[in-house]
Amino acid sequence: MWLFLGSECLLFGGLISTYMLYRGRVQNGPHPSQIYDIPFTSVSSFVLLMSSLTMVLAVSSAHRKDDSKTNLWLLITGLLGATFVGGQVYEFTTFYREGLGFTTSLFSSSFYTLTGFHGVHVSVGVIMLMSLMGIIKKNKITGDKAEVVELIGLYWHFVDVVWIIIFTLVYLIPA
Amino acid sequence: MSTNELTLTPGNSLDVAKGKLVVAPTQSLGAVRRPVNTTGWREWLFTVDHKKLGIMYGCVAFVFFIVGGVEALFIRLQLALPDGRILSADKYNQMFTMHATTMVFLFAMPMAAAFANYFLPLQIGARDVAFPRLNALSFWLFLTGGLILNASWFLGGAADGGWFMYAPNSGPVFSPTNGVDFWILGLQITGIASLIGSINLIVTVLNMRAPGMTLMKMPVFTWMLLVVQFLLVFSLPVITVALVLLMFQRSYGATFFDVSQGADPLLWQHLFWIFGHPEVYVLILPAFGIISEVLPTFSRKPLFGYPFVVFSGASIGLVGFGVWAHHMFASGLGPVSVAVFSMATMAIAIPTGVKIFNWILTMWGGKIWYSAAMKFAIGLIILFTIGGLSGVTHAVAPSDTQQTDTYYIVAHFHYVLFGGTVFGLFSGFYYWWPKVFGKMLNEKLGSWNFWFMVIGMNLTFGPMHILGLQGQPRRMYVWTEARAGEGFFNLGFWNMVSSVGSFILATGVLFFIINVIKTTRNPERAPLDPWDARTLEWITTSPPKVHNFDRIPVVHHLDEFFHRKYVEDEATHTMKQVATGEELVRAEEEAADADIHLPGPSYWPLLLSIGMGILGMGVIYGTPIMVVGALVVLFSSYGWVLEPSVPDAIDFDTPSTDGHTKEITPVG
Repeated sequence: MWLFLGSECLLFGGLISTYMLYRGRVQNGPHPSQIYDIPFTSVSSFVLLMSSLTMVLAVSSAHRKDDSKTNLWLLITGLLGATFVGGQVYEFTTFYREGLGFTTSLFSSSFYTLTGFHGVHVSVGVIMLMSLMGIIKKNKITGDKAEVVELIGLYWHFVDVVWIIIFTLVYLIPA
Repeated sequence: MSTNELTLTPGNSLDVAKGKLVVAPTQSLGAVRRPVNTTGWREWLFTVDHKKLGIMYGCVAFVFFIVGGVEALFIRLQLALPDGRILSADKYNQMFTMHATTMVFLFAMPMAAAFANYFLPLQIGARDVAFPRLNALSFWLFLTGGLILNASWFLGGAADGGWFMYAPNSGPVFSPTNGVDFWILGLQITGIASLIGSINLIVTVLNMRAPGMTLMKMPVFTWMLLVVQFLLVFSLPVITVALVLLMFQRSYGATFFDVSQGADPLLWQHLFWIFGHPEVYVLILPAFGIISEVLPTFSRKPLFGYPFVVFSGASIGLVGFGVWAHHMFASGLGPVSVAVFSMATMAIAIPTGVKIFNWILTMWGGKIWYSAAMKFAIGLIILFTIGGLSGVTHAVAPSDTQQTDTYYIVAHFHYVLFGGTVFGLFSGFYYWWPKVFGKMLNEKLGSWNFWFMVIGMNLTFGPMHILGLQGQPRRMYVWTEARAGEGFFNLGFWNMVSSVGSFILATGVLFFIINVIKTTRNPERAPLDPWDARTLEWITTSPPKVHNFDRIPVVHHLDEFFHRKYVEDEATHTMKQVATGEELVRAEEEAADADIHLPGPSYWPLLLSIGMGILGMGVIYGTPIMVVGALVVLFSSYGWVLEPSVPDAIDFDTPSTDGHTKEITPVG
């Protein structure tokens, strides 16, 4: 998992670099400063950050062999993650209605590609969490249960860390 | 199915049918039972055995070698005479694009993967890789990607933007056919295959070495592969980003590379070459690893300076990430960037030079055995050095400004790729054929193979140095007599020499194919240790048993196999033989492990690959197809996750009978 996450660092690195190059190239449509809703995105980021906390609690429960607690914390993590994705969807549709389409400008294309890739990673993570819950319930884990939860936890924390970086570079630092 | 032994695991269910107690096999998600006892072609389709996968990689990669070679011969036919009419300009563009793409991604990388798959576990004393089903997935994804890439020939024309596919030329305006889309998808899928494979091999090397084998007791081939896997882990995602951006531009209207919309004309180039440069080290390091095994064996001397060879390999890998812009010296980077990359590129010649000296010093004072494998290894040293020398001239940015985009560059990279990578791989063929297939390739045919390839190669690529410095540009589909120059430097003459050389080269390859056919028909078996070799993979039968080692060896030395055969005589300080390879293998058989659990075959890797293929085609042909592909991928993923990697005893029909091994007691 660490090696996979290492390669993902380079993946997001490439996408972030492309965004940083193109963030000011607004041929049509709104400029970043005109469209970002920092308070809303901050709440969204906080939700994702909290999901990392609940993930740690899930891993800790798994180490203590407490299946029901593990599942509880996995569920909450998944719900928080899904809330984050929901927030992203709302944000994207709002931007779209305000004139920022995928092909509107280089800024828009890079923005949607970068945050879209991140959103897909979160969604895949939520699916993995829900599946993990189901597999634990059915007692069909192949291998060490605590280790599997820990690996999913690593992925989830990575996705969160990437978001912290994206949030800082994309939203907080003015273009 | 009757049982006389019941093993209940979470996967089984108990039932009463026809008055007999029936234990149903592991309920996997699929409707079909787990394919544990398959034989024949199904065994190959569902195998997770690294040796079978290695052979499959090798066969498919060799087929693509021929495909890429035929594409090259078309190019040389077109350029043999002035105003060639064999290929139109458009077809010529497709031909050189596909020649390079096929050779790099569908031949060289997978052939190295074939050797890695087969020999890395054996060299470290393991029974398989860390993730056998992922290993199978890598192979099937590679095959899927290769087929998608070449399907373009029949579905509207192949990609035509050069193997580096510079955007905006590869965007929808200038490359309107689907060729580039097939190229993007083929590479994305084979890229995933390589990424998964690299993670697999790193974990294998770090976790599954035999007891006593520290990192500095690993064979050099394994070390070079380890460096290559790290290169892949960090370089592949960057080309993934580039391909994704290009795909979004071509398929969904984004403007990432559209300069009229404000895009940076160099974005693609940077992204591509940050992958592309480490990629060339991915291509050469396995070959370096192979000859680092061959040279000591056929010089009857240990490798000179093992730590230097290992560390220079690692430094090539590391510095390799810092020189990408030497592919862009003529693109307007500015003098500071050009100077920095120029110096870094000169620096990276140093570790390579260290290796060359270590190989030469390995041979110095040794008792050289000029087998076919050894000839190819020595050939690599000479030819790669020539290619390296022209490479050093490219590192000097002012001279590169003349050389870039001419045939001088083509000469450079073919000397290092053909004289380097291909010769290394062929050395590996002749060296390891007896271990894999139990038969020796014919040495006399091997000699013909070698000499035709050496002479052919030098006749093909040698003149390209002259052609390039005289100004013949790359990627030009035709040349004319009027502009061909006079006397010694007449382009026409050297183009003809080059084309004739290419057919001599092809004949050399033909000798190899004849050798393989002849060897396959020959019933004579090879001895167990024909070359008096040095490393662990030779303490096995030929071919190795399915579980590789009857007993996991305990390692005390670098070149462990050598030190089990030879011990230093205290009196004369020479090496005295105390055992033969056959005796050592027989000793292992007598001390065989009682219980050996092997990972079981699975059809999920194959199914998942088919799903990815459908998903990819959906990008070109419509979203409904994408949805179908995604569903197959999702279904296969769940089936995979729910399936234990080692099959339960109950999954076997009948007890297996294999006189040499005692496998997990199956019930039947």
